[in-house]
Amino acid sequence: MLNTVEPNAEVPPRVGPIRVLIAKPGLDGHDRGAKVMARALRDAGMEVIYTGLFQTPEMIARAALDEDVDVIGLSILSGAHRALFPRIFQELRAAGLDDVLVVAGGTIPDEDVAALKEIGVAAVFGPGTPIETAVRFIRENAPNRSTV
Amino acid sequence: MSQQFAGDPHDPRYRSAPPEQREFTTISGEPVRQTYTPADLAAIGFDYARDLNDPGHFPFTRGVHETMYRGKLWTMRMFAGFGSAEETNARFRYLLEHGETGLSIAFDLPTLYGRDTDDPLAAGEFGKCGVAVASLADMEILLEGIPLDEVTTSMTINGPAAAIWAMYIAAAERRGIPRAQLRGTLQNDILKEFTAQNEYIFPPAPSMRLVTDTIEFATREMPLWNSISISGYHIREAGSTATEELAFTLADGIAYVEAALERGLDIDAFAPRLSFFFNCHNDFFEEIAKFRAARRIWARLMRDRFGAKSERSCWMRFHTQTAGCSLTAQEPENNIIRTTIQALAGVLGGTQSLHTNSLDEALALPSDWAVRIALRTQQIIAYESGVTNAVDPLAGSYMVETLTHEMEQRVLAIFAEIEALGGVIPAIEQGYFQRRIADSAYAYEQALSDQRKIVVGVNAFRSDEEPHIPFLNMDPKGEERQLERLRRVRAERDPHAWALALERLERVTAARENVMPALIDAVNAYATLGEITNTMRAVLGEHRALVVV
Repeated sequence: MLNTVEPNAEVPPRVGPIRVLIAKPGLDGHDRGAKVMARALRDAGMEVIYTGLFQTPEMIARAALDEDVDVIGLSILSGAHRALFPRIFQELRAAGLDDVLVVAGGTIPDEDVAALKEIGVAAVFGPGTPIETAVRFIRENAPNRSTV
Repeated sequence: MSQQFAGDPHDPRYRSAPPEQREFTTISGEPVRQTYTPADLAAIGFDYARDLNDPGHFPFTRGVHETMYRGKLWTMRMFAGFGSAEETNARFRYLLEHGETGLSIAFDLPTLYGRDTDDPLAAGEFGKCGVAVASLADMEILLEGIPLDEVTTSMTINGPAAAIWAMYIAAAERRGIPRAQLRGTLQNDILKEFTAQNEYIFPPAPSMRLVTDTIEFATREMPLWNSISISGYHIREAGSTATEELAFTLADGIAYVEAALERGLDIDAFAPRLSFFFNCHNDFFEEIAKFRAARRIWARLMRDRFGAKSERSCWMRFHTQTAGCSLTAQEPENNIIRTTIQALAGVLGGTQSLHTNSLDEALALPSDWAVRIALRTQQIIAYESGVTNAVDPLAGSYMVETLTHEMEQRVLAIFAEIEALGGVIPAIEQGYFQRRIADSAYAYEQALSDQRKIVVGVNAFRSDEEPHIPFLNMDPKGEERQLERLRRVRAERDPHAWALALERLERVTAARENVMPALIDAVNAYATLGEITNTMRAVLGEHRALVVV
């Protein structure tokens, strides 16, 4: 099941749109899904930054910090998620980005999903997931980091 | 229009909506009429001798050979590769034992980017999307016991194509098989990497020079080898329509021909060894029309634009792979049916070679079990269905000829757009292909979202049942075995010969000489793929892609 975040009454209402970083870790050049999601989130009113390909964990954390995003969407179809995702979370923690919502999409087998959730991936959107499911999840669960 | 069908396709409205309120289009969104009649053929000015002609005759719309599958079936060539060279060699033998008739090597991502298995950027990628080949030692194990003088081998490799080809040639020659006898295909199509698949290394201009080097080398020394496989497959997988797949592929083909002519090669010396590779998606008649239009357009281009004299130069010979992007993770057994429909379209479209995807490929690397079913699918079409008895049985169909004509017209219109941008490379640099592909991919996702297009088990007719299929288990020791071999190669090679070979490679790369002889020397001196790529990258530079969303 998808993890949900309890609404917090203390947090002031969001200022401005949800900011999302779509990132392609590793050597995987399959960017169809990443680009489709980037457009869908933009059409849903979010601000989307797409990293392009071949991002190392360090580059992803750096971009998330520089762009001050609320959400990171990791797209991976090479099967290297088990090796790369823990390193991405290490870098995010080191950058003080513990509260960023991280979701993932791509060919990630069901048996890997539990392990990815354990390290902090909030949701995994596998092949055939309707776009609106991913958009809704992000809209409902994005942390409110961009208050002024 | 789409609102008509939003909601549950089990809804009786879905089936009872009056036809005039429904949208009848191909999967690429092209309109399809209710009935095709002789009036449609008259409207396109259909002329049998000019537009079709008999099979084996210009413009080869009906097929490049007179006898087609009566004379020779297509090559059953299953794309395979995972883990270490040992595991993939075993898979090749398994496939050959089960009646496969040609090899096709899938390399892993580090190899596809010209990196060694122990490169820091290769972390986690070993053996995942194919087999790791970092040196001649890996290539020799990969091909062990395979009759390279009998079987044809296709290699899906692009950025480092020249180096991997050098390894194949060296491995064969060490077994006493001269290069001139080798038969197979090097994908070697870098242009679609810049537009669709993203497995590039060097910038476009030096990449084109390397492709031209390989075409020139094949023309001189390897007359039976297909120097390039100009590919639409990956363009389609990235989200293009059928028309864009064909138009972009043929435009790339034109660019390679122009580059070879600029090099001073004679059209009829190299053009017969150009080959093509297409996707085959679910829309049966659209795909058949695509293949028939492809042959006709290419034949006319070669004769009328490039002045080819030899008939063989005008032949579009192609490999087909069923559409990976059509496979679903949901109810994966249904993928057998999808693949069957697609494979049949490839055969009715006159393919020379065919790969059928396995049912489990939306979930994992294919298991032996799944690959065998995929191969059996081809064998059933070939030996049981009867469709191979007559050549191009759909010729003259009002619908098929109309769709073929419409496909051709749309492709020619896209050629004009590309030429207006200054040709393929300027169009890449302006993001033209990338943007069109992304637009089409997004349009298709939207069609799925509002159920104008249906994928059974995904956005309609869903079931909650979990799939029950066995998955491939990779040898957990494969990566260590590969890393150990790489260490041994580096430790045991002759350091003097190695250094000389890389120096020479650097020199000929910089001097713009043909790199193939130096590459064959370098792999024979056990220079690794990563060392070779780094040497060349230092001279040629690295491609930085324009990010197009």
